[in-house]
Amino acid sequence: MSEQTPSASRVSLAEIALTFNHIALASFGGGLSAWSREVVVERRKWMGEEQFLSAMTMCRIMPGATQVNLSVFVGASMRGLAGAVAAILGLCLVPVAIILTLGFLYFTFKEVPAVKGALHGASAAAVALTVTMVIKTGKKCLTGVIPVAFFGAAFVLNGVLRWPLLVVLGILAPLALIWAWPRERAKG
Amino acid sequence: MKTYLSLLSLFGGLSLLSIGGGNTVLPEMHLRAVSGYHWLTDSQFADIFSISQAAPGPSILIVSLVGYAAGVKVAGVLGGLAGGVLATVAMIVPAATMMYLVTVSWQRAQKSKLRHAVEKGFAPLTVGLILATSLVMSRAADHDWRAYLITAVATVIFVRTGVNPLIVVAAAAFLGYLGFI
Repeated sequence: MSEQTPSASRVSLAEIALTFNHIALASFGGGLSAWSREVVVERRKWMGEEQFLSAMTMCRIMPGATQVNLSVFVGASMRGLAGAVAAILGLCLVPVAIILTLGFLYFTFKEVPAVKGALHGASAAAVALTVTMVIKTGKKCLTGVIPVAFFGAAFVLNGVLRWPLLVVLGILAPLALIWAWPRERAKG
Repeated sequence: MKTYLSLLSLFGGLSLLSIGGGNTVLPEMHLRAVSGYHWLTDSQFADIFSISQAAPGPSILIVSLVGYAAGVKVAGVLGGLAGGVLATVAMIVPAATMMYLVTVSWQRAQKSKLRHAVEKGFAPLTVGLILATSLVMSRAADHDWRAYLITAVATVIFVRTGVNPLIVVAAAAFLGYLGFI
């Protein structure tokens, strides 16, 4: 199917796997979503901002870890089944090896090697990366009162009031779809 | 063998139940792995949770560690590694298969109104949910004013400059290692 789209030059499977490996390894301390966007949208330009952001919420609704789902979405969009497999392997292979090594150390010596402080510091910067993603994407897609209202409602309900994600989306997603539904006059 | 079959069925099932992200099945995972199968203790589960949060890669890889803990009990380190890999595959494959099918039909619906509406309408929601995640992340990591300061400074650097974020994350990790945060 990718032969049909001349705009996107064919990306190799190795490139997909290496890109997701890069994203995974960079996310030391957290911030995986922000890294995915940084690499997929800004550096590689594999997807547009809105396509990526909306995919992210679809990936949260679907069963499975959001980040794994996102790698499947990006990989499959680029290169079908093989692309999806390459993306998952890229995202998970090296991290699984790392985490099993940490697990071995933990279960053998009963403690995590002295990295706790380092992880704490890294996670403070990882939060910053996520906030940066909000600022960058917000500038592009929060244009107008209604998008800002959707943004604010999602933040307050899920982040401040801690309502479950599915409840928040159950209320807001239909409203957002009604707002964004293409009008008839837009035709032609 | 029985342990491995239990891993396979537990995580294969949780994979499809994890609607809304991997974190939603953590309570069930905890219940089954700690109280049900006794693969690990309560405090071990808390420890592997923080390991999986901090380690690079998706945090759902906590299942690799649950699998390791289960496998170690029956066949030592090699058994643990096998359990870790098996648990990871069981957790990833079912949900990823569904996501793949959805992506394929999504690609075919290039011109549909639904797709158009989702792409335009979900974007602001996603940005709000991501900001919510940052707030929840900072609270969960028990940040004090120094950590918030690092977050603020790093945010300014990320927004204003083109510096590679990895350098900033590494610098913050180093400050944390020295005990400043």
